[in-house]
Amino acid sequence: MKIQVDERGYYGNFGGAFIPEMLYPNIEELRENYEQIVQAPDFQKQFNHLLRDFVGRPTPLYLAERLSEKYGAEIYLKREDLCHTGAHKVNNTVGQILLAQKLGKQKVIAETGAGQHGVATATVCALMGIECIVYMGEVDMARQKPNVERMRILGAEVRPATSGSKTLKDATNEAMRHWINNPTDTHYIIGSVVGPHPYPEMVARFQSVISKEIKAQLLEKKGKENPDYVIACVGGGSNAAGAFYHYYNEEDVQLVAVEAAGLGNHTGESAATTVLGKPGILHGSKTLLMQTEDGQVVEPYSISAGLDYPGIGPVHAHLFETGRAKFYSVTDEEAMKAGVLLSRTEGIIPAVESAHAFAALNQMTFNSSDVVVINLSGRGDKDLETYIKWGKY
Amino acid sequence: MNRIDKLFQDKKERVLNVYFTAGYPQLNDTTTILEALETSGADLIEIGIPYSDPIADGPTIQESNGVALENGMTLKVLFNQLKGIRDKVSVPIVLMGYVNPIVQFGVENFCAKCEEVGVDAVILPDLPMFEYLEIYKPMFEKHGLYNIFLITPQTSEARIRQIDENSNGFIYMVSSASTTGAKTSISLDQSDYFARVKNMNLKNPTLIGFGISNAETFDKACENANGAIIGSAFIKAISEEGNLEEKISGFVRSVIG
Ligand SMILES: Cc1ncc(COP(=O)(O)O)c(C=O)c1O
Repeated sequence: MKIQVDERGYYGNFGGAFIPEMLYPNIEELRENYEQIVQAPDFQKQFNHLLRDFVGRPTPLYLAERLSEKYGAEIYLKREDLCHTGAHKVNNTVGQILLAQKLGKQKVIAETGAGQHGVATATVCALMGIECIVYMGEVDMARQKPNVERMRILGAEVRPATSGSKTLKDATNEAMRHWINNPTDTHYIIGSVVGPHPYPEMVARFQSVISKEIKAQLLEKKGKENPDYVIACVGGGSNAAGAFYHYYNEEDVQLVAVEAAGLGNHTGESAATTVLGKPGILHGSKTLLMQTEDGQVVEPYSISAGLDYPGIGPVHAHLFETGRAKFYSVTDEEAMKAGVLLSRTEGIIPAVESAHAFAALNQMTFNSSDVVVINLSGRGDKDLETYIKWGKY
Repeated sequence: MNRIDKLFQDKKERVLNVYFTAGYPQLNDTTTILEALETSGADLIEIGIPYSDPIADGPTIQESNGVALENGMTLKVLFNQLKGIRDKVSVPIVLMGYVNPIVQFGVENFCAKCEEVGVDAVILPDLPMFEYLEIYKPMFEKHGLYNIFLITPQTSEARIRQIDENSNGFIYMVSSASTTGAKTSISLDQSDYFARVKNMNLKNPTLIGFGISNAETFDKACENANGAIIGSAFIKAISEEGNLEEKISGFVRSVIG
C-alpha cells in the first residue's frame, strides 16, 4: 500500500474538498495551478534560494549524545528550531508566498494557534511587501503574547477570533470566512496539512524538505538514508508530514506521531484526535475529528496552543487507519518534563509542541543500535511564560 | 409531486423563502415559527440545523447556532418536533445545515426521517457536488428529497450549467461574495451577475439570498430572480423583545407589504 494522494485529494478514506460554493473558484484555481507553478524551474530556484539564505537551511541533524545515552539508542535531532522565526512553519510560508505572487494575489490571510505560523506568515509578507492579516483565537493571543507582538512589529494585523473556544479551530473558521468575503485578491496561507484539497498535499510538499535533508544527512553520517524511527508531534500535522514525507513508503522506517493528551485522554481535557476522534468533516476535509455523538465539534484542550486542535490532517488519519504510523499521546505534564529534560541534557529549550515528541521516548523501547530521528519542530522562546507558569524546574 | 415544484408551478414571482435556526430563540419554538411564517405569507421555509462551526455564516447566524446548541437542539430533537408538522404547515420545508452532523446521524437515516416528517429539500453548503452525485444522490432520490446547490458571482458559466443540470427544486443564488448577513444591501455591481444568470435561461427557478433584509432589497432581488431568501435579518427580528408570532408577522409584512 502506497501512501499518496489521489486526484480528488483523498488519502485512502480521508481528504477531499468539503467547501462552500463560495470558495470553489479559489480552491479550483489553486488545484489547477499549484503543481505546475511549484514544479517550474524559476519557482524552485527562488524557493531553494530563500530556504537557504533566508530560512537558514539545511537545518542541522544533530546527534544528541546525552539524550542517546539516557534512552539507549542513537538519537538525532532535526533542528527545525534553528529555522528563521523559530519553527518549521516558515518552510511552508516561503513556498506559499511565492505561490501567492505567481497567482497575482495582493493580500494574504492566515490562521495561527501558537503564533508560529502567524509569525512565519507575517515574516514572508514583510519580505515581499504583501498586506497580511492573521486570525488568532483570543485565548491563544493571551498565552502566546510575544508572538502577537512579533507579528505586529512585522507589520501584520492580528485579528482576534472570539467565537467558540477562541483557539486555533475558531481562528481557522474566521480565516475561511474572511476568504469567502474576499475571494479574488486574497491568498489564504493555511499553516498545516489540513483544509480542503490541495492544501494538505501542498503544505506537506513544502515541508518535505525536512525529510529530504534527513535522508541526505543520515547518508553522510551513517552511510544509509533510513533511520529506524522518525518521531514528530502532531497538531494539524505539518512538521510530522514533512519529517515523514520521503519515508511514507520506506517500510523499514517506523513513523511515530505524538499527539497532545492535555490533562489525560479520559479527563475531557485532551487534544488526542486519534484516541478520541471519529471520522468527520472539519475545515474542508474528511478526517478524524473530535466530536459529539451529534456531530458537533468538541473543544480540545492542550497546554500547547499549536497542538490544541480537534482534528488532524487527512494524511495522518490515513497513516493511523492503515497502521503505517504509530500514534502516542502525551500529557501536559509529561511534555513539560520532557522539555526541561532536553534543556538540561542538550542545552536546547524546545517549543512545548516539540516537547511532546520527546516525551514519547518514555513510552518506547529501543535497541542500542536503533537510529532515531526526532523532529525538533521549534524553539521554546515563545513558551517562556508557559514554562514559568508550570514552574517545576 | 415535490412541494417545491408545485410552488414554482403556481408562483413564478416574488417567492419569499425565510430561514431560521432550529432551537432559536427557544428550543421548542420550531413549530410556532413555522406556523407563523406560513400564516404571514412565507412561501417556503428553511430550517437551519445548528452547527458548532458554520463557516459560511456571519455573526448573526453563528450566534443563533450557538444559542440553539446550548438550548439542546440536535437533529433527533428537530425530527421529533417536526413529527406531524404536515398536519399544520403546507409550504415546502427545506433543511439547511453543514454536512458533518448529517454524516454522524447517518445519511440514509437522515433522508428517511426527512421523508417521514415531510421535508422537501436539503441545502448542505459544504457538500461537494461530486460527493453528492456519487454517494448521496441515490439516497436522496429514494426518499424524494431535493438537493439545492448554490451559485455565486464567481461561479463560472460552465459550472452554473453543470449545477443546473444536477439541480432540482431551485438554485440558490448567493448575491455576492460573502458569508451570511455580512452585507445589508445588494448593490449595483451585482446586476452584471444577475443579468448573466438570467440570460442563461436555466431550467431551474432561482432564489437570491445573502444581503436580503427588507422590502427594498427583496423587491430588487425579485426583479432578477423568482424570489429571495431572508436569513440574518429575520433572526435579528425575532431576537428582539416581544411576542414571537407578532414579531414574525410584522417582519414578513414589512418585507412583502
Ligand atoms: C513548534 C511547533 N511545532 C508543532 C506545531 C504543530 O503544528 P503541525 O502539527 O502542523 O506541525 C506548531 C504549531 O503551531 C509549532 O509552533
